[in-house]
Amino acid sequence: MKNYVVARTDDVPVGGSISVEVNGRTYGIFNVGGTFHALLDRCPHQGAALTRGACIATIESDTPGEYRFGTSRTLIMCPWHGWEFDIETGQSWFDAARTRALSVDVNVERGEDLAAWLHESQQTGARLPGPYIAEVHEVHREDDYIVLVLPR
Amino acid sequence: MSVSAQGLTALRAPGGWAGPVIDVDVHVHVPSIRTLFPYMQQGWRDFIVERAVGTPPSFASVYPQNAGNVVRPEWRPENGGLAASSLELVREQALDAWAVERAILNCYWGIDSVRHPDLAATIARAVNDWLIDEWLDRDDRLRASLVVPAHTFADAVAEIERVGSHPGFVQVMMPVRAMQTYGRRNWWPVYDAIVAHDLVMGMTWGGTSEGPPTPSGWPSYYAEEWAGEQGVFMSQLTSMVAEGVFQRYPTFRLAVLDIGFNWVPSLMWRLNKEWKGLRRTIPWVNEPPSQIFRDHIRFTTAPLDDAPPSESARFLRWLGEEMVMFASDYPHAYPGDYRRFLDALPESARPKIMADNARAFYRL
Repeated sequence: MKNYVVARTDDVPVGGSISVEVNGRTYGIFNVGGTFHALLDRCPHQGAALTRGACIATIESDTPGEYRFGTSRTLIMCPWHGWEFDIETGQSWFDAARTRALSVDVNVERGEDLAAWLHESQQTGARLPGPYIAEVHEVHREDDYIVLVLPR
Repeated sequence: MSVSAQGLTALRAPGGWAGPVIDVDVHVHVPSIRTLFPYMQQGWRDFIVERAVGTPPSFASVYPQNAGNVVRPEWRPENGGLAASSLELVREQALDAWAVERAILNCYWGIDSVRHPDLAATIARAVNDWLIDEWLDRDDRLRASLVVPAHTFADAVAEIERVGSHPGFVQVMMPVRAMQTYGRRNWWPVYDAIVAHDLVMGMTWGGTSEGPPTPSGWPSYYAEEWAGEQGVFMSQLTSMVAEGVFQRYPTFRLAVLDIGFNWVPSLMWRLNKEWKGLRRTIPWVNEPPSQIFRDHIRFTTAPLDDAPPSESARFLRWLGEEMVMFASDYPHAYPGDYRRFLDALPESARPKIMADNARAFYRL
């Protein structure tokens, strides 16, 4: 597994998303109530960029006319056909067993740790910098950063 | 004998279908409003005579008796009377002709077109009592749909409460054209009663609404209205699925009569497709609409759409062997060769279509 520093946490507002490109693939980073999740930014249906869709709350019901509105925007709705995916797991609402967006592990690291690890990685090659590579030397010790964990 | 009549009688000819037959749609007709006089108070008989009340108007508009498709020529009584109007006729022409194990009688008489709410309730009660006396009590093979005065929900409920526990009634007839789509919650009291009495809702051809008989306006011609009725069935099924009838009533059973089945798979696919993206707007629909169809809804063979039997068999495969029940639609004159249709089906499907599906669904 390799870790890619892709954004500052402040870049992704609560309830919002950004897309980042790593090794030629585009990933969506979502902020659900202060917790970050990542999906391949590609709807499993026809390939739309999920980050172009809206982050929405769940709506559930047991009987007509009664609504249970979720309080947190935990779903991403594909901008093309409205399919809903759980941002945390990638599973679709309508066919949880078989249709899912590809979920990717994501971590938040403190800038001071990151600075130390980045320095170390230059020796070991264990951790590659993400799009922030140009700014690696400017990683601020007081900021938090979003790190994607990818197979390679 | 016409080719189409041979289609039904040939069903039982040597080499034809030898297994049990349950016919879920045998129409019977009230010969005259005077037939119902024994089943109403003298005051209502007087009311009917004084005002020259006759057959409710939508019986004639829904089933114009002289139209070629409404009654097969050989099933018109020789004395010029109304087809399918006596047990003797129905026994000879239908029950015995294809040797039914059970048949379900559906008496559409246009009660929905009676605007006087108390007269409508009176006529509904009389029709149900007539069905019990003249039909159900006289032939063990028979079951029937009870009729309700659907314009007044409370009266419809009261009639289900009154006769819904009679063992001969297995279904409540609800004409497809109604004053409100059947998904609307105003119907819930009626559905409460249907479910409480363990009855099936039978959505049948006919009915009058406050508006035009198609979702998009008035047809100009009889053929147009006849062919367009399928759209009304589609609207009603869409309404009932989308508005959550089957979530509210997990044991609800709906029989869709008089309208065949070839059109159903495309509607199921369409509903599934739209549900995937618009589910949030109807969050109570928590499973694919096609699954709701499979769990709650059955269709009938009649009228066999004008497709080669092998094509109808293909539609049945898409729909599911459990989903369709044999119906003669007696005395209507639909073309369709049941023997060729059955021959085109996989062997496993034949007993299901001819009897097993109906036996399970109606708990006969």
